Amino acid sequence: MQPFSYAPVADAAAAALRARAGASFIAGGTDMLQLLQENVLQPDELADLNGLPLAGITEEADGALRIGALTKLQEAADHPLLRERHPVVAEALDATASPMVRHMATVGGNLLQRTRCLYFRDVSTPCNKRQPGSGCSALEGENRHNAILGGSEHCIAVQPSDLPVALVAVDAEVLARNTDGAERWIPVGGFHRLPGDTPEIETALKPGDLILAIRIPAHAARWRSHYVKVRDRASFAWALCSAAVALRLDEQGRVAEVRIAAGGVATKPWRLPRVEQELLGHRLDRDRVRLSAVWASEGAVTRTGNAYKAPMLQHTVERALIELGGLA
Amino acid sequence: MPEPAHSFMLTIHVNGVERQVQVDARTTLLDALRDRLHLTGTKKGCALGQCGACTVLLEDRRVVSCLMLAVMAEGKQVTTIEGLARGEELHPVQAAFVEHDAFQCGYCTPGQIMSAVGAIKEGRARSDDEIREQMSGNLCRCGAYTNIVAAVRDAAAQGG
Amino acid sequence: MNAIIGQPVNRVDGPAKVTGHATYAAEFDLPGLAYAVMVLATIPRGHIRSIDRMAAEQAPGVLAVMTHEDAPRLAYKPIAQRPQVDAQSGEQLHVLQDPEVRFNGEPVAVVIAETLEQAVHAADLVQVEYARSPALTIFDATKGRPPSEGNVKAGRVPELGRGEVEAAMAAAPVRISARYVHPREHHNAIEPHVTIAHWEGENLTLYDKTQWVDNDRKEIAHVFGMEEERIRVISPFVGGAFGSALRTWPHVTLAAMAAKRVGRPVRLELTRRQLYMSVGFRPHSEQHLTLGATPEGKLVALEHEVVQQVGRYEEYAETALSPTSHLYQCDNLWARYRLVEMDTNSPCPMRAPGVVTGVLGLEMAMDELATELGLDPLELRLRNYAEQDQQKGLPWSSKELRACYAAAAERFGWSRRKPEPRSMREGGMLVGYGMATAIYHSDRSAGSASVALTGNGMAVVRSAASDMGPGTYTSMTQVAAETLGLPVSHVRFELGDTNLPFAPVHGGSITMASMGNAIVAACQAVQKKLAGLARAAQNGPFAGLPEEAIAAREGGLGRADGSGPVVPYAELLRQHNLGWVEAEGSAQPGEETQKYSSAAFGAIFVEVRVDEALGTVRVPRMVGAYDVGRVINPKTARSQCIGGMVGGLGMALEEQAEWDIRFGKVMNANLAEYLVPVNADVPSLEAIFVPNDDRNFNPLGVKGLAEVAICGVAPAIANAVYHATGRRIRRLPITPERLLS
Repeated sequence: MQPFSYAPVADAAAAALRARAGASFIAGGTDMLQLLQENVLQPDELADLNGLPLAGITEEADGALRIGALTKLQEAADHPLLRERHPVVAEALDATASPMVRHMATVGGNLLQRTRCLYFRDVSTPCNKRQPGSGCSALEGENRHNAILGGSEHCIAVQPSDLPVALVAVDAEVLARNTDGAERWIPVGGFHRLPGDTPEIETALKPGDLILAIRIPAHAARWRSHYVKVRDRASFAWALCSAAVALRLDEQGRVAEVRIAAGGVATKPWRLPRVEQELLGHRLDRDRVRLSAVWASEGAVTRTGNAYKAPMLQHTVERALIELGGLA
Repeated sequence: MPEPAHSFMLTIHVNGVERQVQVDARTTLLDALRDRLHLTGTKKGCALGQCGACTVLLEDRRVVSCLMLAVMAEGKQVTTIEGLARGEELHPVQAAFVEHDAFQCGYCTPGQIMSAVGAIKEGRARSDDEIREQMSGNLCRCGAYTNIVAAVRDAAAQGG
Repeated sequence: MNAIIGQPVNRVDGPAKVTGHATYAAEFDLPGLAYAVMVLATIPRGHIRSIDRMAAEQAPGVLAVMTHEDAPRLAYKPIAQRPQVDAQSGEQLHVLQDPEVRFNGEPVAVVIAETLEQAVHAADLVQVEYARSPALTIFDATKGRPPSEGNVKAGRVPELGRGEVEAAMAAAPVRISARYVHPREHHNAIEPHVTIAHWEGENLTLYDKTQWVDNDRKEIAHVFGMEEERIRVISPFVGGAFGSALRTWPHVTLAAMAAKRVGRPVRLELTRRQLYMSVGFRPHSEQHLTLGATPEGKLVALEHEVVQQVGRYEEYAETALSPTSHLYQCDNLWARYRLVEMDTNSPCPMRAPGVVTGVLGLEMAMDELATELGLDPLELRLRNYAEQDQQKGLPWSSKELRACYAAAAERFGWSRRKPEPRSMREGGMLVGYGMATAIYHSDRSAGSASVALTGNGMAVVRSAASDMGPGTYTSMTQVAAETLGLPVSHVRFELGDTNLPFAPVHGGSITMASMGNAIVAACQAVQKKLAGLARAAQNGPFAGLPEEAIAAREGGLGRADGSGPVVPYAELLRQHNLGWVEAEGSAQPGEETQKYSSAAFGAIFVEVRVDEALGTVRVPRMVGAYDVGRVINPKTARSQCIGGMVGGLGMALEEQAEWDIRFGKVMNANLAEYLVPVNADVPSLEAIFVPNDDRNFNPLGVKGLAEVAICGVAPAIANAVYHATGRRIRRLPITPERLLS
């Protein structure tokens, strides 16, 4: 860990000032400290955002839920409105990390969690995301954790967070503020970028941009929703695969609206439009669910270690829909 | 607001006592506790938040002290394993751990106990299933898990 | 007198452990402590071309940077007779002695600084340029070779057998044949390995994580060419080890070198990632079994080959063939053991080394045979029950395995098992029942202890033993308390210090069988000494009595015929104006090894739930019954057994080093990607001890139980997965990809 200077910042303007001077932000610190300990990141300066008034969940006038970027994962998971209206989000948070980490990590930081790709975290090996141009060790290496969707010949690293997968399902947006003070809303589905040939660029944020809040729109409260996470052990493990589903049935019991996203299998939270399309207008029964879910792994590119994720993804999506529809 | 600096004279309240300690910006809360304040009850297992051995209470919430910069605990209340017992009298969770043999080597134990104390305070120790899930951030390589559940269940029933 | 042995006494060190006051190796507070951090090689084989240490040396707080260029040349005196915990052939790593790189992760430099943060940073600044050589990083089971002479002498035999296996196999009416694989696994005790080295003149004190202080001292004495008397090793608490702290690793040498260099006490603590490259592991193993049987299920021929990985600079080998040689009755047997050389840090013992591997193959193969025969897996074991150790031609010193089978099967509800695979379901999950036998040979070794009786009525018992978690402190206290007739509260047991009487290694489940008997001897010796004083006195209750007229009684001495009062030890000491009286005692193996074969046994029954669509396996309950001889403390013994079940569950379902053949390196070297079981993985674990008291093996009647507790768990789970799904997963761990493929 290289020496760095540290200072808390009181407001967004001060944060922008420090960012312009080259500082990196730290909030919950749960991923940052790991990256520092493993020497993956070498910041010169850390600007501590915890003094900013960005914690807490509020209901907006139009019924949307606004989750401050510094809200702790546990605090969000426990929020009665969030639990009631958006079970998929609460369930994703419940299944994230450990209680201790959930007490520390922030929702804003969770969107920015870096990949768990083994090669990204071991600085003795080549990794395009960590060291652009050095090569991707995962393509022909130990890749059981890696992505089958959204990868490129430069990178197949998974975005490992649960929360953004659920947020895609509920059509959430991220409020970002740039160093000039301009604010903009970014759909969570467009927040993370595909690696392409620049895997080191992971999100739509520009250097110094600050996440202020996440907003779940009022219309998402009409949807029933559910999160299913598959892991190697019963708790405290990354998703091998996860599925977030949100949908509304019409009066005849047909799928009127549906959003489905997958985690653990892709380089970013992965929307499954084809599965959604196959469900729309149909009754949610076991056959329809199964026939639709087979489209989940459409376009998957598998490698030696991660081929299992293709069937697993189909089954996970199917399971989430079955459980949500009470079809078990 | 202060200017960025590389080292700090930090004030934290550890187990109810105000402590001042010189730390680097890089120093984790865990290393500050163990190496600067010699409160070695808080254990270092992985330094990456993956084992839970360094669990302490920060303002009554369970956290892993390895994933926190010490400087970010400025002015905060930290409770470590050394702060639980009242004199010779063990905290109910500590007593239950002894009674149920909820450890072998004892190295993960302070973290387990702090996590259990946190879980009980949070009201998240209401069933065995919940205890198992809530205690899953604390690895025990000796495998005392079922005894840990029994101890936490017992302590929670006594109001922990 | 109330028996103390056999009582579920709470751990005597419990209060220290739950309050954070138990002091582990890293936690000794020495004035002027400096911090050392290792720099590890990043290539699998080759040599160092150059090291740029300038930036590191100039970094703030740095006291020294040491590399092969300037490290002192160490003696590395040959060790005439290596202890069993060492690799038995080849040469241990000579750290920082030359520019060669033998494996990815070999130390190439050590940086010492005022603070940990400064040392970590400076270590990152050391720039090493390497020349790579071709490396052996692929495990190829066809490239196996026999173990070398040193290992053969130590019992790691290349072949063993009996009868006419080829003919018997050819004639066998029923045969099954299968190959089983388990990956490299890591101990991952929660306490990292760590050493504090402190020189005072020519004397060295090591505060070390070790399962054997006496051998730690001996090793370092050889490395530095010092007299053992100049070294003291202190290790009162060990935060788990499971075999990784049996031998002395190169970082201990580095810590001592670093402390010498800077003239201050130095702490060297390994990071979690470094542990994967520095302190051994359970080697990757592949094994092939062929079983031949009669239609009634009598084994007539058994072939077993085990192939394991081994490092190249030294040769660590295991006794993987031992369970096959004697677990079942079978007249025709042939077993072979081979090693595949790889460029890796050396493997080492990990809980039930070798045996857990052999049992895995044998017990999975027995399940396959039961299926082939249409026989209940338990019934197949009973039909092949070994009434004696057929390989050694010796009777068992005791064996209550039938009682284990019966007790565990009853408690588990084995009779509810429907024989057909895929025939049991609940809540959308496939349910499987599986079982396996466990065995681990019982050994004991010579050890000594001292007992001091003090004027305040206390007994202080001392030995250089270790307690990595099984409860040595507590169980030895019980043994001493019962022998002396004192309450547990009046006995204090001290361990983990080379200044104390010699103890054997704390491993291989030998501690109680070895040290327990030594403590009994020491207690008896001090009683005898006190009786001698009392007899020789001018007056007093025992003056002038013959030796045989005095006997140890409840907390003191009395007349052998039971007449007269019992005089407490403290009272006798007062009568003789003594503050304390002390004596040593020792115990060593007797003739039992010529007369008997000794082993601990177990029967493990497990239930699994398989989510077939998602490929996940969960284990809602396990029941184990064990014959471990006499149980000194059922509470701590039970903890060891459930701990073994948890370890076995990890082996079956979760643990695997993800080894990259290009870098010759474990890539998932942490605890977030190398998974070990968590609390939510193990809802219900039950351990039953069947009554036994093996006085044929040793006077205390114990057999040992740490190792047997993990044996049999992984095959029982794998067998249950077969019962649930109808699929044999022969490669561990049984992760979702293996069930989904």
